[in-house]
Amino acid sequence: MKFSERWLRALVGIAADRDALVEGLTMAGLEVEAVTALGAGLDHVVVGAIIECTPHPNAERLRVCRVDAGLAAPLQIVCGAANARAGLKAPLALEGALLPGAVAIRAADLRGVRSQGMLCSARELALDSDASGLMELPEDAPPGQALAEYLGLPDASIELKLTPNRADCFGMVGLAHDVAALFGGVTRLPDCAAVPARTARVRTVQLQAGDACPRYCGRVIEDLDAQAPTPLWMAERLRRAGLRPLSAIVDVGNYVMLELGQPLHAFDDARLHGEIAVRAARAGERLRLLDGSEVELDGQLVISDARGAQALAGVMGGADSAVSTDTRTVFLESAHFAPAAIMGVARRFGLHSDAAHRFERGVDPELPARALERATALLLAVCGGCPGPLQRSELPGWSAPRASIRLRRARLQRVLGLAIDDSEVERILLALDIKLAREADGWLALVPTRRFDLAREEDLIEEVARIHGYARVPSSLPSAAMPAPPEAARAHVPLRRLRAALAARDYREAVTLSLVGDALLAPWHMLETSLPLANPLSAELARMRPSLLPGLLAALRANRNRQQSRVRLFEIGRSFHPLPAVPREVERLALVACGTAALEQWGLPARALDFHDVKGDVEALLALRGIAGERLRYAPDNLPTWLHPGRGARVLAGTQELGVIGALHPLLEQALGLEVDVYVAEFDLDRLREQTVPKPTALPRFPGVRRDLAIVVAEAVTWAQVEAQTRAAAGKVLSELRLFDVYRGAGLDPGHKSYAMGLILQEHSRTLTDTDADACVSRVLQALAQAFAARIRG
Amino acid sequence: MDSLAERINAARGAIAAATDLQALESLRVSLLGKNGLLTLALKELGALPPEVRKQRGAELNVFKAELGDALAARRSVLDTAATQTRLAREAVDVSLPGRGAMQGSLHPVVETEARICDIFERMGYQRAEGPEIEDDWHNFEALNFPPQHPARAMHDTFYFAGGELLRTHTSPVQIRAMQGRQPPLRIIAPGRVYRSDSDQTHSPMFHQVEGLMVGEGVSFADLKGTLEAFVAAFFGRSFAMRFRPSYFPFTEPSAEVDIRWDDAAGNSRWLEVLGCGMVHPRVLENGGIDPERYTGFAFGLGVERFAMLHYGVDDLRAFFDNDVRFLAQFG
Repeated sequence: MKFSERWLRALVGIAADRDALVEGLTMAGLEVEAVTALGAGLDHVVVGAIIECTPHPNAERLRVCRVDAGLAAPLQIVCGAANARAGLKAPLALEGALLPGAVAIRAADLRGVRSQGMLCSARELALDSDASGLMELPEDAPPGQALAEYLGLPDASIELKLTPNRADCFGMVGLAHDVAALFGGVTRLPDCAAVPARTARVRTVQLQAGDACPRYCGRVIEDLDAQAPTPLWMAERLRRAGLRPLSAIVDVGNYVMLELGQPLHAFDDARLHGEIAVRAARAGERLRLLDGSEVELDGQLVISDARGAQALAGVMGGADSAVSTDTRTVFLESAHFAPAAIMGVARRFGLHSDAAHRFERGVDPELPARALERATALLLAVCGGCPGPLQRSELPGWSAPRASIRLRRARLQRVLGLAIDDSEVERILLALDIKLAREADGWLALVPTRRFDLAREEDLIEEVARIHGYARVPSSLPSAAMPAPPEAARAHVPLRRLRAALAARDYREAVTLSLVGDALLAPWHMLETSLPLANPLSAELARMRPSLLPGLLAALRANRNRQQSRVRLFEIGRSFHPLPAVPREVERLALVACGTAALEQWGLPARALDFHDVKGDVEALLALRGIAGERLRYAPDNLPTWLHPGRGARVLAGTQELGVIGALHPLLEQALGLEVDVYVAEFDLDRLREQTVPKPTALPRFPGVRRDLAIVVAEAVTWAQVEAQTRAAAGKVLSELRLFDVYRGAGLDPGHKSYAMGLILQEHSRTLTDTDADACVSRVLQALAQAFAARIRG
Repeated sequence: MDSLAERINAARGAIAAATDLQALESLRVSLLGKNGLLTLALKELGALPPEVRKQRGAELNVFKAELGDALAARRSVLDTAATQTRLAREAVDVSLPGRGAMQGSLHPVVETEARICDIFERMGYQRAEGPEIEDDWHNFEALNFPPQHPARAMHDTFYFAGGELLRTHTSPVQIRAMQGRQPPLRIIAPGRVYRSDSDQTHSPMFHQVEGLMVGEGVSFADLKGTLEAFVAAFFGRSFAMRFRPSYFPFTEPSAEVDIRWDDAAGNSRWLEVLGCGMVHPRVLENGGIDPERYTGFAFGLGVERFAMLHYGVDDLRAFFDNDVRFLAQFG
């Protein structure tokens, strides 16, 4: 909503200056987005009348004008504007003027001809963006009058960013009430007195759309002069509100819309046929609109005549019934359309209109008749004409809703934390045009129909608070009782520890979008298992990610394209799964890594990252679970297809799968254009975070014994198998088992490997003897020999 | 006698000239050892006539003490020198980088979200979460956005075929937190939210933190005090702040909060940082709470906005590019 400051001040008298007004509006919830000062730099700019306009002797594009500037003799002005012509009134900057942009005007010779000033465009005066030619002033503009005085300047265009609840402020009158309440001013509202009919002509209206249009006022006005110029004051107010003056009939409609908030529409009555009906459009019904576009309708609310739809109700008129400069008789419409009937219509057809903007948010249902009277009076004043009677059509029994609300003094104080004097409460509400009846514990308020946003007590509390000023509410800290601490849920590893652990192990935390595209998921074969959006913003953001990995991989690849050869990223976030999957959102932790195992440095040999490096990172995370004696299994079977089948594992705690870890499948790496092996892991975060309270055992009081053992087994035998056998055979006496070497090569048969392990043996009740230790080691060797044909490495 | 004195004199010279501990030790043995010069001379005292013996004994003991002192002094000098040599030999170039250097870092948006939640958790708020795929009721209806409400147009919403949607704000967690619980409530709910909007200042996905407090006698004044305390805690200093009336369907009175921000160029301006208000009675009802008995306040803040201010980042998109050169600056 954009408006002229002077216009507002004409509607409500206040002493506040511009800065105070702007600040006051913003702090009352009517946020001022922009203030454009108009009329600065107009000293020595006057109304000029071109008496004569002749070609410049030395320049094809220039003209030499004799201009009446109200001085004793005409001035000679050289001018290049195409619309310079004898008889035109235009702004003339005299010698000594300093125009906006610091353009100083001096008498000068232009291509050999003396020019005693400059004729100006609206843009040169910073009054408008129009630079197409000289600013054309009305014919009756008095030559020599200071332009600022003539145009009612200085002024400012003030632009508000209105919240959806303040539809009433799309009219100057609504705004004036708020300003009156804020600054204690008195409103001077426009005269909307009934205009008596001078002809009996009417056009019958049928309401056939129920609640979508419960009230429709119309009036025929005959014998208009559609070519009459729009009065300067009206044109200027429109211009400063951001509307370009077009023609008197249209301008009057726009003016009343800005003033009262009621959009109107003028039909050329000669181009209407038969009765008017307000109805839903038939499927396939077509309508050519004022802006030249043609729309195919399907149930939208239209104004139709005997031939068909003539206007898209509350949005835009039709081209066929539009007024023109030839119009002699108009049918003026001032109707109430329900927001639900207009909502989305303009958007659907890609239209923007001030009417739709207002009707979508709601217009005072009591306005149609008043706005029609106001528009009639203005139209008669500008264009003359002979009005018919105001025709009022209404749904039977319909009346504008008007809320009656009880406001309790105690509630007001309790919600705000501030006691406000009754007199101040009453002052505010009355200034907002709300009628009050005092009651024992507060007031009964009757709100104006304009303020249909006010429906319950809290709405009034907000009105009082925002006009009184939020700044005057004190600050306090809540004294309400503290909530009970959360019920003792299962212990979880704090997220902060997980994140810190990964950062400490050389991973950078990333945040990738939960929205992904088909192209991202396809190489992973994840399209089938992902959830598509019904209205995606783009193909790249068309689905919910079923895993964090495709997005993280894309980030890894983007970094590699930026010359980063070693990239290690992790992310915590949700994956999403289509029904019937339950749950549909799973919190996950994922990591990706490629490049050298360690950052390039002098003290460590450079080597490529491998599975066990990443497994080490994963184990560091799992260790945070603090589950004593937990044995996690790394199962190499049933892997996702995108993992390397020989370099991947599911991580299992008992039978529960915590996540997966492994190298990407070489075919996927190829499809992704990666020229490096990438290792990834992804976990179900809730399962990963499960924690138990540690229950430490008593420390041994007797010395332990260490025995080292190197055994040779076939390649197919895994460490997990050897470990399990060893633990089982050694029994309780084995307190720790350390694998300290895995050897292949010289001295071993091909297809064999050697595990070197340290057995830490410990008894809790006595000192372990050599005999005990020997017995244990031989049990282990025997078991390993039996299970895996293992032998001692000689 | 003369010859002994000469030899002791020579020994003095040898001690002073000894260059290592081993040479010094052999000198000690040759003088004071079992068969050392002085040891033997002392043994020979017994054979001397008593009148000579006494004087000779005294002389020898003086020699012995002198030589002992000389040996100890020399040993101390040589010990110190040996230590110095070892220390010099063992010196390293301390300017070489440390081994096993790591380059991990935490994401500024996630860190900011965690900091915001920490501050409120210290004020007694409990963390809550809700689904990102929401239904219309939780995201809109229960929050007093009826169908066709113009405020819905301000939430460019992503939908799924079944009519569900991606939550456009964290406010639905308010409803979920209230359901099945009775006041007093202090809830802080961080999370990802989605709007169908993408340009330099909008990402289709961003992070919000929602706060909710419901209890007896919770007032707008409490809301002001709480948010002022939060802003001071987050930025580590207090700001000029203003509560500007605004509109959200689920709060009333509603406010947007501006802080007075000085940018790098020294310009001071009001900067909107969060939205808040008293929980609308209808929302309390939808959460199963009696709005006559209880009042509450709620607030929602954009994590990226706080991260941008805190770190001085001016392009929102930098947070989601995951460029390691950017991430590396956060540690």
